Amino acid sequence: MYAFEYKKVSSLDEAQQAFDSADDGTFMAGGMTLVPTLKQRLAMPSDVIDLGGIDGLCGISVDGDTVTIGAMTCHADVAASEDVQKAIPALAHLASLIGDPQVRNRGTIGGSIANNDPAADYPGALVGLGATVHTTKKEIAADDFFTDLFETALEEGELVTKVTFPVPDAAAYRKFPNPASRYSVVGAFVAKTKYGIRVAITGAGPTVFRVNEMEQALTSSFTADAIADISVPADNLNGDLHATAEYRAHLIGVMAKRAIADCG
Amino acid sequence: MQISVKINGKQESGEVEPRTLLVEFIRYQLGLTGTHVGCDTSQCGACTIHMNGRSVKACTLLAVQADGQDILTIEGVAPADGPLHPMQEAFRDNHGLQCGFCTPGMIMSALAMVERHNGEALDEKTIREELEGNLCRCTGYQGIVKAIEAGSKAMQGGA
Repeated sequence: MYAFEYKKVSSLDEAQQAFDSADDGTFMAGGMTLVPTLKQRLAMPSDVIDLGGIDGLCGISVDGDTVTIGAMTCHADVAASEDVQKAIPALAHLASLIGDPQVRNRGTIGGSIANNDPAADYPGALVGLGATVHTTKKEIAADDFFTDLFETALEEGELVTKVTFPVPDAAAYRKFPNPASRYSVVGAFVAKTKYGIRVAITGAGPTVFRVNEMEQALTSSFTADAIADISVPADNLNGDLHATAEYRAHLIGVMAKRAIADCG
Repeated sequence: MQISVKINGKQESGEVEPRTLLVEFIRYQLGLTGTHVGCDTSQCGACTIHMNGRSVKACTLLAVQADGQDILTIEGVAPADGPLHPMQEAFRDNHGLQCGFCTPGMIMSALAMVERHNGEALDEKTIREELEGNLCRCTGYQGIVKAIEAGSKAMQGGA
């Protein structure tokens, strides 16, 4: 690997200072995306700022109708959390499908959403549940957080601190995983919430998106049949060696229907 | 940078660069070559070790991230001159390896799996699902799955 500076920080303020004083700094949460990226030199930051030593960014709590997950909480902890399994089983299930056990032991929710890989799972849960992202500078609705391919509403040096999820009446996540990487080729997160029905699709487009037409149809009748005739155009979807845009468009309907069935 | 780790119960320290991978530190500086590098791209799991009791890929951590942490590698699962760990024995008994390259990672993943399930014996479905992070190019996995099933049962004996 190429040479870079490493800084371990113990507070958000120190993280900010380290970022500001670096030529081209980057933050490292679990490192499950960053370390492979550095190896391949897809990114060559001058400084890697390790957030692993900051207290208070890890942990899960449930308070009434809100589940709060600290940014540095790893996927394995979310998957195994009895609190999450009870309050939002679909969220625990989604976390259990990310990567493999070794990756889930290191990868974090904050790192995942800040990276906003189009094939990541968590963006589906955040948008599907209408979560709120808390950062060092603001609180922002998940709908506005994920802006484009690997792009978010985070500014330079801004860090995710936690995510709050409203507990839905029912929710389910279904994904069609790439058989090798386990990234989602298409993932559908469907939720019945007191603010309405939400259908969020990850993996298929440049970034997570909602399917309004499906949400409306499900509001009249929450059944898989209600969306049987709704198709999402392939125009802006991802096409690659794993799946064409047309195939992804087809999978959106299939995965959404399965998720609806899982909502029971 | 100076780092210090507890590895297989022993305190060790060494000088590393920020870019030194944990697996490089373990193999080249500590001389513990049981932890293998199969792909170096986070796919294969041959470099699986335990850090603070959890399975991780040592090729996808920087050595500096392990500073002050507690590490277990394949060398630490059973005494060097004593009997094999029941999970290692199960791999031998069940044809859980051919070339053996992936085996240290398989065994470290298997032990983490048993731990995650509170020491219970594991069934085939659980093993197949949770072995997702480890690749084997020889066996076709049948022997490995059988070995982990048998190993997890053998560990019920309090080993």
